[in-house]
Order: sequence, then C-alpha cells, then structure tokens
Amino acid sequence: MIRPSIKGQRLAALFLLGFLLFNYPLLDLFSGPTRLLGIPVLYAYVFVVWALLIGLMALVVEKRSN
Amino acid sequence: MLTGPVILIASFAYVGLLFAIAYYGDKRADAGRSVIANPYIYALSLAVYCTTWTFYGSVGRAATSGIGFLPIYLGPTLMAALWWYVMLKIIRISKQNRITSIADFIASRYGKSQTLGGLVTVIAVVGVIPYIALQLKAISSTFSIILRYPEVTAPEPGGTLLFLGDNTFYIAMLLAAFTILFGTRHLDATERHEGLVAAVAFESLVKLLAFIAVGLFVTFWLYDGFGDIFARASQRIELSTLLTFGGDGSSYATWASLTLLSMAAVMFLPRQFQVTVVENVDERHLTKAIWLFPLYLLAINIFVLPIAFGGLLHFPGGAVDADTFVLTLPIAERHAWLALFAFIGGLSAATGMVIVETIALSTMVCNDLVMPVLLRLKALRLTERRDLSGLLLGIRRGAIVLILVLGYLYFSLAGEAYALVSIGLISFSAVAQFAPAIIGGIFWKGGTRTGAICGLAAGFAVWIYTLLLPSFAKSGWLSITFLSHGLFGTDFLKPQELFGLHGLDDITHCLFWSMCANIGCYVGVSLTKGPNAAEHGQATVFVDAFKHPSVAPGSRFWRGSASVNDLLALLGRFLGPERAREEFAAYARDRGAKSVESLSADAAFVHYAESLLAGAIGSASARVMVASVVEEEPLGVEEVMNIIDEASQVLAYSRQLEQKSNELETATNELLRANQRLQELDRLKDDFISTVTHELRTPLTSIRAFSEILSDNPRIEEHERAKFLGIIVKESERLTRLINQVLDLAKIESGAAEWHSSEVDMREVLEDSASAVSQLFKERKIDLTMEVPAEVPGILADRDRLMQVMLNLLSNAAKFCKLTPGAVTVTLAQQGGFLRVEVSDNGVGINPAEQEVIFEKFRQAGDVLTGKPQGSGLGLYISRRIIEHFGGRMWVRSRPGEGACFSFTLPLARGRALTARAA
Repeated sequence: MIRPSIKGQRLAALFLLGFLLFNYPLLDLFSGPTRLLGIPVLYAYVFVVWALLIGLMALVVEKRSN
Repeated sequence: MLTGPVILIASFAYVGLLFAIAYYGDKRADAGRSVIANPYIYALSLAVYCTTWTFYGSVGRAATSGIGFLPIYLGPTLMAALWWYVMLKIIRISKQNRITSIADFIASRYGKSQTLGGLVTVIAVVGVIPYIALQLKAISSTFSIILRYPEVTAPEPGGTLLFLGDNTFYIAMLLAAFTILFGTRHLDATERHEGLVAAVAFESLVKLLAFIAVGLFVTFWLYDGFGDIFARASQRIELSTLLTFGGDGSSYATWASLTLLSMAAVMFLPRQFQVTVVENVDERHLTKAIWLFPLYLLAINIFVLPIAFGGLLHFPGGAVDADTFVLTLPIAERHAWLALFAFIGGLSAATGMVIVETIALSTMVCNDLVMPVLLRLKALRLTERRDLSGLLLGIRRGAIVLILVLGYLYFSLAGEAYALVSIGLISFSAVAQFAPAIIGGIFWKGGTRTGAICGLAAGFAVWIYTLLLPSFAKSGWLSITFLSHGLFGTDFLKPQELFGLHGLDDITHCLFWSMCANIGCYVGVSLTKGPNAAEHGQATVFVDAFKHPSVAPGSRFWRGSASVNDLLALLGRFLGPERAREEFAAYARDRGAKSVESLSADAAFVHYAESLLAGAIGSASARVMVASVVEEEPLGVEEVMNIIDEASQVLAYSRQLEQKSNELETATNELLRANQRLQELDRLKDDFISTVTHELRTPLTSIRAFSEILSDNPRIEEHERAKFLGIIVKESERLTRLINQVLDLAKIESGAAEWHSSEVDMREVLEDSASAVSQLFKERKIDLTMEVPAEVPGILADRDRLMQVMLNLLSNAAKFCKLTPGAVTVTLAQQGGFLRVEVSDNGVGINPAEQEVIFEKFRQAGDVLTGKPQGSGLGLYISRRIIEHFGGRMWVRSRPGEGACFSFTLPLARGRALTARAA
C-alpha cells in the first residue's frame, strides 16, 4: 500500500478511543441528573466528545505526511 | 396563506430546481468539467444518509428515549475513522472491477455468482422497503399537517382506501416519476450520475439549513437558549428521566447494538454504497469525507434535543406526534414561511433518499435479478436481439415503480404501528446482513460462495422471522398470537424472544440472532470446503486489491480465444452499437492500436469487454454473456493455485531482485567512480606523455641542431665547436636525466625498484647535495644557508635515493626562487623519533589549492607568473614515494608570495645510534 499507513493506524486508534468513550461503562459516569451550564451532563459529554473526535480525525487526515 | 396550491407550487418549484441542478451537473460532466469532483460535494452527497428519519424521526425518538436517537449518528462517525482501511479498499476494488452495486460487489467477490447476486438483491429490496415506506409516511403525514395550517391537529389514521383513494399513493408515484427522470434517462456503463449527485448534495444542504433554522427558532425564539429548555424539562417529572441515560427502557445494550447497526448501514445501504463507492470521482475525496461527513452529522443533530423538549413542553400530554415537532412547532407559532421551509427540508430529505435508493435498487434488480433470468430463458431468444439497451432501461424503470409500490404497500399495511425510527431500524437490520460477506470478503481469502449464500440466507431468514413478520403482526396483518405465543403456539419460537432469550429490545434481539446465524454459516460453511478456482481467483483480486494496482484484475485467470467482432457485437446489443464501438476505439487508442480491427482479443481485452458489460448488466450476467462468445478454457484448481503460488513467488523473488538491484546500483556507482578516476588518470597520462615528449624533444632538437651544424660545417672555428659540443653534452645529460626519471617512476610504480638500505648520516646527505648544487646556486646568485646540528642520530635508508630527494627539492627551490636576492634555507632537526628536513625558499609560493596536487604524479604547480608548468611533474611524486618508502612523510607549507617550505621526516634507525659507528 503506497499510502502512509500511519494515518490509517491513527484513525483506527481514534475509532477505538471513540468506541470506548461512547459506550458503557464510561458513558455511565456521565448519565447522572447533574447539569453543566444548564445542559444535562450526559448531553454535554456526548456532544463535546463527538466534536473533539471529529476534530482529531480532521487533524489526522489533513496533516501533511513527511 | 399556506393553502394547498401554495404548498404544491413550492414543492414543485423545489423539485424543478433540483432538476435544473441535475441538468447543469450532467452538462458540466459531459463537458468534462465536473461540478461534483471535490470533497465537499462528495461529503454532502454522503449525507443522503440523513433522511426524514433524521429530519423528523430523530426528534420523535428523542422525545421518547432522550439521547437514544444518537447511536445512529455516532456509529457512522466511528465507522468513518475505519474507512481508511475499509471503504478505501471497497472503492479501489469497485473501480478496478467496474462494480456498480452492492449485489454486484458480493456476487463478484464470490466467483461472479448469479445466485448470490440475486439473493443480495432480494435482501436489499425487501430490507429497504420499510425504509422507503418511512419516507412516504413522513411526507404524507407532514403534507396533511401543513395543509391544515394554521391548525395543529394530528393526522387522521391511514385511509381505508388503497391506491387511488390515498394521497400517499400519488406521492409514491410522483417520487417514482422523479426517480425515472433523474436516474434512467440513459444507460451508462459506469452507472455514474453526476447531475444526480449534485442535486443530492444540494438537498443535503437544504435539509441541514432547514433543520438548523427550526432549531434556532425553537431554542432562541420560543425559549431562552439551551439551558432554559433543559431547566424547564427537568422540572417536569415525566421529562426529567429523558435527561439521563436509560430514561425509557433504552439500555446500554441497545445503545451498542444501534451503534454497530449504523456502522454497517452507513456503508451497506444500497444508496450509501451508490454515493460513496459508485459515484466516487476520486479516492482522495473519501479521505476528506472521513471528517467532513461526521461533521455534517454533528451539525444536523445539535438541535434535535432542544426541538424534542421544546415540543414536549409546548404540546403537553402527547396531543401531537413527536415525529412532527419540526413542522408543528413553527405552525403553532404561526410562522408560515418557517413551516414551509421545514416542509421543504423534509421533502429534501425524503426525495434525496428515495431517488438514490431506488436507482441503486433498480440497478440491482435489473442486473442481478431480472437479466440473469431473462438471459436464461431460451424461449425469449434475448441473446439474439441486436439492441438490448432499451430493454435494460425499461426493466429499471419498472423496478423503480415496483419498489415504490411495495414501499407504499408496506406503509399502508404496517406503517401506522411504528414510529419513523423504528421502521428505519428494521431496514438497518436487514442491510447489516451484508457486513460479514463484504468485510470478510475483502480481508479474508477463505470465504466461499456457498458460505456467503448460506450466511446471507440464514441471517435474512432470522431477520424476517424476528423483525419483519412481527411488524406485520403488530399492524394486525398477521395474527397477533404469532407474537405472543410463537409459531405453532410454541413459546420456544416466539419471534421476539427466540429460544427464550428475553430482556433485549427487538432490534438488539434480531441483530444478535441474525448475526449468529449469518457469521456462523458464512464462516462455518466456508471452512468446511475451501474455495474453488474461480472463488480463489476473485478472492485474490479483492483481498490483494492494494498489492497489484497496475495489473488488470482478473485477466490473469483467464485463458481462451475470442474474436474482437464477436465481442463488439455482444456489447453493441447492451450498450448500443455506437457506444460499444466508441469504447473499443478508446481502448485501441490507449493501447496504441491503429483501429478496433487491429486489436487482438487477448485476455486483457476480453476482461475489458467483460467489465464494460458488467457496468451495464452486472458482473455475473456479463460473465455469462462473454462466455457465450468466448471459447473459454476453464482453469482447473491446480492451475489457478499455480498462478497464485507463482504470483507470490514472483513477489518474493521481486523483493530479492530489488535488494540485488540495490546492491548492483551501489556497485555500479563505485565502478562509475573508479572509471571516472581511470579516465582522469588516462587523461593525465596523455598529458604526461605529451609533456614528456615535449621535454624529450627540446633537448633532442638542440642536440640534433648542433650536431647538424657541426656535421655540415667541418671548418667551423675551434671555440665555436667546443661550445656546440658542450651544449650537446649538456642536453644529452638532461635527456638522460629525464629518461632516468621516467624509468625510475616506472620501477617505483611497478614495485620493481631496487632499494639498498643502510645506515645513513643525514648531515652528509645534506652537505653532499648542497655541494652538488652549489654551482647552480652560484650561477643564479642564490644564497644557500644550512642549519644543521653538530650531531644527529642515523637513519636506515638508501643514501642515493635520499640524495635524489634532496637534489630535487634544492633544484626546485632554485627554480622557483626570487631572482635577486634568492635565498634558500636547509634545516635539519631531530623531532622525537624522527629526523626532520626543511627546504625553504623565498619564491612566489604555491597556491593552497595546488599544495597537495603537486605531489601527484604528472602534476605540476603552474608558474604563478606565466601559468606555464616547469619540469616533468615527476620529481616531487618520486620524492614523496621515496620518503614514504622509508616510513616518513613529506609535505609543503606555503602562502602565495611568501615562499614555500618543503619538509620531510624520516624515522630514526632504532637502537643503533650513529655514535656506534663513530666509536
């Protein structure tokens, strides 16, 4: 494969990270009734992690490989 | 003001705009300036994933399960991270093999099996029909809602009249008409529809903007931001549970299974496969879509929860179906234009999905289901028809209408019992059945045709039993006892608690059992009996797609004979004679052949023809059709295995070769350098010879000249004669010296020189050499100073050779000395275990660049003043060789204009001091 496979590996690692963060038991830590700046902590957690994950994916994909 | 005609006109105007975009896209594509060839349009077209399910259904789902609507979007986000390995490979394989649908992909992978292609098509059509029903349901219910503007009333339960008495039927038929106009205007061998993709991307933009507009309206106009909505919701006991996980029976198992389900769906839904793989212009677009597509999903989901809670707070008590909040909230607030925009957004979501999905399905139905059957029916004599392209288009159009009618029927029979998302999930579970055969197929060579057929059939059967039939039963179309008491009243076989497994929701339950059956059969059957030749060949093409990018895939596995004209006629029947001829001519041009007729029907050409045909009628049918005109010699398993073994051996061998060639390259470089050095030496030798010849000729010329004078003039005066003879003698000596030097050099070079080593007193050598050159120095008025200690230890060397060195240095010094007053100093000193001799002059000095060069053979320092070399260029070279022979070193220090100082060292004769001899 000619493509730099390091990108693929980084993306695969992000997949594993995302799968971990978006599932039981980590999700359970944030499923309480508390609210963060008025937003339920569960919603805030999921959306923030989601946005960060996309940001990291963008970073990996767009980074110029040497 | 939002009357029926206004809404209809707006809807048709919108659809008209879509046609304009599609027309423009097709025009630009024909002109070779694609509008869709950029990653942003590509990512937007992938967003055809978001249908009315997303647009209306997510809010409805969120209103009953809080965050439970989200795994459908988190799954694709996670999957996108794996696209680098999975989707890129699928795209590469599909481009290499001209694959035009998911049925084609699976059929092609497992030995171009028609049975498998047909099975996949059936699963796809049956599986996706609920999904199409979902779109019909969303459009028809929102249409009837917006018609009642400004009232907000729940739509009436489905009409009792089927077909002509029902608005939804007309909607379905309108959608069929759009799709036919969009997708089947002409037959394309690659099944790419640029205009369609442009329109779909535009639709994605519209639905996103519409949804965000409604979201902003609800969040910031109706309420006071996110915090306000959630604060109010948390005060209502029935809503507060939705703010946490598992509010309404949704469990982590459901969450995880929906994530997995959507991971499969985002790749294997027929429409996703169509836009992601078939319509892909450039693989690089996919890499950017890896983050752009999830970003779109994130953007369209931000306002789902606020709208859901806004709706629940605004319409308490379930008076309004939560699936319609996106539309009913603007209506309730009398925002006519926003309501219309929302309706158009929903229309976008539905039309985009229906058009792409039915086009993809119709291609599959035509290529993998109908054509193989028709071609086999000998009575139709289809293989003898001249032009089949019209028939192909007809089949596709019929398939589109049929699929929408089936969708409409499902909507009428089972649609009312379910919310939008629940209907969609039934379809997701069906297409997830493709995952084992495809993922296994591109990474595992061991999967076989029978294995794939068994796996798909088993998974599909479980899906029908545990999800599809229960959906009919819940709608009252089947007896409800089937659900509550199982088949034949056997509790053990209760479709939603199969084998007594309970505690799971229906989707997770179905996913578990169907995957057990599917993967179990696929792997189990595949392993029972290994792949045959054709399967093995295709497995290699698919699994090693990245390893042989340049080899025309498949062509290695074919042997046979065919004629170009037969193939041309065959393709002409399906593509139209002109198109076929154009394609062949293009192929001929690529290969540098003069004309189509001059092509030879070799394996690569037959493969090319087959893949062209595969674009039009699917790979399995194409294989059969091509086989009908080609006398194929089928390969035995042995032969294919040999080819594959050979290929891997070749691979290993080529790696070795690569290594060897690297080594060879290094060696070549060394040789090249050596050769350059040789050439340099050769050039120097030539120079030397010309120099030496010149040097030899000068004395010879004068000897000859004076000899001739003496011989021609016998009466020449005595003193004149003596003078001429003196010159002759002197020139002869010079000649002798020169010849001696050259001979000397030759001896030293060949190692044949004689060395007579004995103990030498260096002072004597210096004094003897000084007196030898004293006459010369006197003539040139050069002052020679000797700085020699009274006593020095002896050295072991050849005295004559050392004399030679000293004479050379001294004569050089004399040669390069200033004319007046010339001064040369000879110094002798003991330095550690060495004697050091220095000969310095006050001449013009030597360029730093030349200081090392002058010690080389045949090289001379140019006279700084005249640029003309003096001497033979051998003296210093020989001197250095002599000194080095006795274990010493020789070098020069000089600055231009400040004279030069030649030095050499010689090791002392150890243990034998000169005093011994003196004693």
